[in-house]
Amino acid sequence: MKKLKVGIIGSGNIGTDLMYKIERSPVLEMSVMVGIDPESDGLKRAKDRGYEIISNGIDGLAERLDLVDIVYDATSAYAHQKNSDVLTAAGKKVIDLTPAAIGPFTVPPVNLRDHIEKSNVNMVTCGGQATIPIIHAINRIVQVEYAEIVATIASKSAGPGTRANIDEFTSTTSKAIEVVGGAKKGKAIILLNPAEPPIIMRDAIHALVEEEGHEEAIYNSIKEMVAQVQTYVPGYTLKVEPIFEGKKVSVFLEVNGAADYLPAYAGNLDIMTAAAVEVGNEMARYLLLEKEAAK
Amino acid sequence: MSKSLNILDVSLRDGSHSVRHAFTEEQVRAAAKGLNAAGVRYFEVSHGDGLGGSSLQYGLSKVDELKLIAAAVEESTSSEVSVLLIPGIGTKQDLQAAASLGAKMVRVATHVTEADVAAQHIELGRNLGLKTVGFLMMAHMAPVEKIVEQAKLFESYGAEIIYVTDSAGALLPQEVTERISALKDAVQCDIGFHAHNNLSMAMANTIAAVEAGATFIDGSLRALGAGAGNTQTEVMVAVLEKLGYQTGIDLYKLIDVANDVIAPLMQQPQEITGSSLVLGYAGVYSSFLLHAKKASEQFGVDERDILMELGRRKTVGGQEDLIYEVAQQLVKA
Repeated sequence: MKKLKVGIIGSGNIGTDLMYKIERSPVLEMSVMVGIDPESDGLKRAKDRGYEIISNGIDGLAERLDLVDIVYDATSAYAHQKNSDVLTAAGKKVIDLTPAAIGPFTVPPVNLRDHIEKSNVNMVTCGGQATIPIIHAINRIVQVEYAEIVATIASKSAGPGTRANIDEFTSTTSKAIEVVGGAKKGKAIILLNPAEPPIIMRDAIHALVEEEGHEEAIYNSIKEMVAQVQTYVPGYTLKVEPIFEGKKVSVFLEVNGAADYLPAYAGNLDIMTAAAVEVGNEMARYLLLEKEAAK
Repeated sequence: MSKSLNILDVSLRDGSHSVRHAFTEEQVRAAAKGLNAAGVRYFEVSHGDGLGGSSLQYGLSKVDELKLIAAAVEESTSSEVSVLLIPGIGTKQDLQAAASLGAKMVRVATHVTEADVAAQHIELGRNLGLKTVGFLMMAHMAPVEKIVEQAKLFESYGAEIIYVTDSAGALLPQEVTERISALKDAVQCDIGFHAHNNLSMAMANTIAAVEAGATFIDGSLRALGAGAGNTQTEVMVAVLEKLGYQTGIDLYKLIDVANDVIAPLMQQPQEITGSSLVLGYAGVYSSFLLHAKKASEQFGVDERDILMELGRRKTVGGQEDLIYEVAQQLVKA
């Protein structure tokens, strides 16, 4: 099958991890890594693997647009607007891994195909990718009035971008809990834990549902959803059984990563990049079919 | 050399844990009025987990904290109202709202190793003209050099005061002395200290802190706070006066607020129970106490076992969800 060319802007933890996952895609081929620091580990690794590298950011990529069909942006919420403007003006597709959220939110097991024709889609946040599938799984059984998520990640897995964007994490995740998860009101909390050895990403979801009961149906729906997420993040697991207390449902998850770039504890990195590759694959299939049809 | 100290009362913030976040506007008004009359320069009003802390994870606020902050500001003619902000829980937007209601100080709190998530919040505090504090929580979990490094980060963002915060009530006086002295040498900022009484060390640690050079000291009336509570403000004022420090506080009026306002609203005595001493012993965040009690009843396991396991797992502030997971796992073990 024909493949589409991928560029990644941002050679930090997320961009580098993404590169390894793109290599396994049946419809995407890694083409260029774009960074701003020629000494960054991500750019070095991309070069070693034989990809084009650009070390002067979006300005450099703007001169080499022939290298890309789809571009992943793994920079920061602040840089994303400009990156997106340059790329979409040239007819490129943009998958946004920053919390900028210019384009519609996409969480693969909930709405993978809904926005596939858009020029810019947003991947919410790591906490959003981990928890919104569960909120949706509860909401498809009984209306979720309020949902709150608490993501705890290893300090080592939070790079400077994540740290500078901590407010954007909470606001973007809260909004996506409502828009994609279906909760009437959403809230998000993120905690960093510096323990050594590093802790595996964990997420708590607390939801208040419209009416009590439905416990078995909710649990079954959650189990189905966990299996669906496991198709792209095998280390996504329920830690203990959900706790039901009246209208409150609490779910506890752990996300072990595939250890492509950072070790397995960084499930937060993994669930973000794995979901982004799911979206890229779907987008590429759609674009390839469109091209076929145009012939 | 002037031996004057700034006392900051946290009854209406740390005490929020102890009353399960159920402060009413009347209670806050009465306490604020009393603190103001007693001459307490600063006191803090927020959800126990800071602005935006009202949640299923930590407990929903009975009354919106912004209402409580507004009420406290109204009652204060000379006192200034502080708010707590933990980045990751509260946001800059929450801080702007609190400042617009008249809060005059913000304490931006991070785990002792994670100051760099707070740069934008410290900057905002300064831009809003607030007295801006960097608050290093769980200070027992990092060696002195690490605390110094993190304090320098806070200072570089613009913090005016840096706090050593013994969130688990786990420090011993010698460790407090080491930490405060090292910060005095390393940064220009004023240094503060916040204690919890889980190992009955709150007053001893407070004395160690002021003798090492801390000039901002937290306390709470009747010790109302998470775990075994904080240094008891009214007792601390008496002790510090005896040591020759000037607090500018009217002791009788302060005791009156403790007796007339705080004592009647307490849900349980603020004593060192078996579990609260385990918090200090295992080095666990003090607000876990009442959640561990609930989980212990729900799953029929010993709350001390839950807390010891949370200590072994090196949990940080805010990880209340892990309490229920650990309790469930202990049932199966």
